[in-house]
Amino acid sequence: MKANNTLMRADRSASLLWRRHMCDKLATGLSWLGMLIVVFMLGSILWTLFKNGLAGMSVHLFTLSMAAPGQPGGLANAIMGSIIQTGLAILIGAPAGLMTGIYLAEYGAGSRMARIVRFVSDMLLSAPSILIGLFIYMMLVVPFGHFSGFSGAVALAILAMPIVVRTTEDMLRLVPVAMREAGIALGAPKWRVILFICVRAVRAGIMTGVLLSIARVAGETAPLLFTSLGNSEWSLDLGRPMASLPVAIYQYAGSAYQDWMQQAWTGALLVTLGVLIINIVVRVGTRGGRS
Amino acid sequence: MEIPARQSLPAMKQAPSHQGGQKGDPAFRLLVTATGVGVLVVLGAIIAVMVTGGWKAFATFGPGFLVSAVWNPVTQHFGAAAPVFGTVISSALALLVAVPLAFGTAFWLTALAPPAAASVIGMAVQLLAAVPSIIFGMWGFFVVVPVVAHYVQPAARQLFGHVPGLSALVAGAPFGTGLFTAALILAVMITPSITAVMRDVFLSMPAVLRESGYGLGATRWEVMRHVVLPWSRQGVVGGIVLGMGRAMGETMAVTFVIGDSNHIGWSLFAPANTIASLIALEFPESPAGSLKLASLMALGAILMAISFVTLWFSRWLLARGEQAAGH
Repeated sequence: MKANNTLMRADRSASLLWRRHMCDKLATGLSWLGMLIVVFMLGSILWTLFKNGLAGMSVHLFTLSMAAPGQPGGLANAIMGSIIQTGLAILIGAPAGLMTGIYLAEYGAGSRMARIVRFVSDMLLSAPSILIGLFIYMMLVVPFGHFSGFSGAVALAILAMPIVVRTTEDMLRLVPVAMREAGIALGAPKWRVILFICVRAVRAGIMTGVLLSIARVAGETAPLLFTSLGNSEWSLDLGRPMASLPVAIYQYAGSAYQDWMQQAWTGALLVTLGVLIINIVVRVGTRGGRS
Repeated sequence: MEIPARQSLPAMKQAPSHQGGQKGDPAFRLLVTATGVGVLVVLGAIIAVMVTGGWKAFATFGPGFLVSAVWNPVTQHFGAAAPVFGTVISSALALLVAVPLAFGTAFWLTALAPPAAASVIGMAVQLLAAVPSIIFGMWGFFVVVPVVAHYVQPAARQLFGHVPGLSALVAGAPFGTGLFTAALILAVMITPSITAVMRDVFLSMPAVLRESGYGLGATRWEVMRHVVLPWSRQGVVGGIVLGMGRAMGETMAVTFVIGDSNHIGWSLFAPANTIASLIALEFPESPAGSLKLASLMALGAILMAISFVTLWFSRWLLARGEQAAGH
């Protein structure tokens, strides 16, 4: 009787071990599959972009502004417009996001106000970019009577900010309390502990957030359609309609003209490479700083 | 298990300061609090603008605006049902595909990959996250749409076309554009951002917890399931919320592949519209002050409401999860 029991138990534990093993194998296999699918998608996108876009790479693309189909034209004004609008948007959005993140993690812990701010920031995070475009259209375009590069940058800044808020807060929460205590024990005031110990400790994570926000706004088209509108001429005036790469791609990709289509693909390759290179540089840079 | 990082530090106030802490602290506190409150002001302004902008449509059509599937600029009759349907269905389908993919990839990156491969593939995922949405739209239109038109939908019709109940899901001409394609593109778009967040939170867990799991004889999957996941639940849900927000709000990628049709039907392959794609497509033909623009703004207000419900739901799940974990 007793021996039988032991045998059954051994049997059961063997089958349990086998089941656990199979579960692990199954999860491993599915995980590999998921990873391969994701990598394949990136490969497919890059392959498509290079295949269609490389042919249009030329000096004219960077020196000439947009032109009518059949005319020699490039994307110089759109490239410049994108740089200006994205840069201004990050200059406005990232510091605001960082400070809000600090408020949520360091000052608002547990308070009702912070809960509301966090909730609202999440709302803005999922607030469709096109709504931000409509909002800025009503706030900055309709009252002034014309589309402008500045309104485009503001729309992009609103999109950039919540991403920075979320990453900053998430990252600051991971800072161990002992580190703060060490700072305080050395006599540092709270703001210095936050800025020079906590934020510094998680700067790579915060940088990831800023990066995600740049990646997001640099390619945003929808909010710019209603704010900076696009402009086929060279213009650095923030008070006037301003071209941007994504909007130019959108206009050209929907056209029936061969040369416009070509420029759309080349522009797409360009904007993608630009964003990816920034990504690589920053990621490699933060990794170097950590080690 | 969680690190008590949010513990308040009253000792700080009495700490002797040699660096102007007494003056610096209140000023810094005021600055960050004001920025936080500024976020509220922005959202309040957005809601106010959407609601007042769309008021004309709500007033003209009444509650019928929400259930009417008509969108007819000629007769000036507008309803929200069709684009709301398209938005909800395409995002839900996208999440069904994206969440398992993202979790699988994050699991692979944090537990299975050899270190060298992990950094390369991790970089690849980050790069996919960085690809602008309009690129997904072009790629979808020129690469995915033909595949769906020539292979996926015909195959689906052959498989399910004669099955009662399922045949309606695959009905319709194989245009290639439609809800299914939009959902696929959305899934590819949001997978890397969900993966990136999941990976970051998995990796931010102290290694000693993971090692304890292995030390007790747990398999890699068991460590993921019973140690990493409970520890990082908040971040994981945060990542999914981020992805869902992007899916529902996504405009350009969807505009390319959704097919622009204000129609509600069972078929997953039929052309449709989402709120965002409809706004993008119709806005240029909607002069300021027109009933059409008001209807688009009203749709925008509905989209905000949908986002709100989604977030509320995710917060509820999160709170429930924390309770179950015994925090």
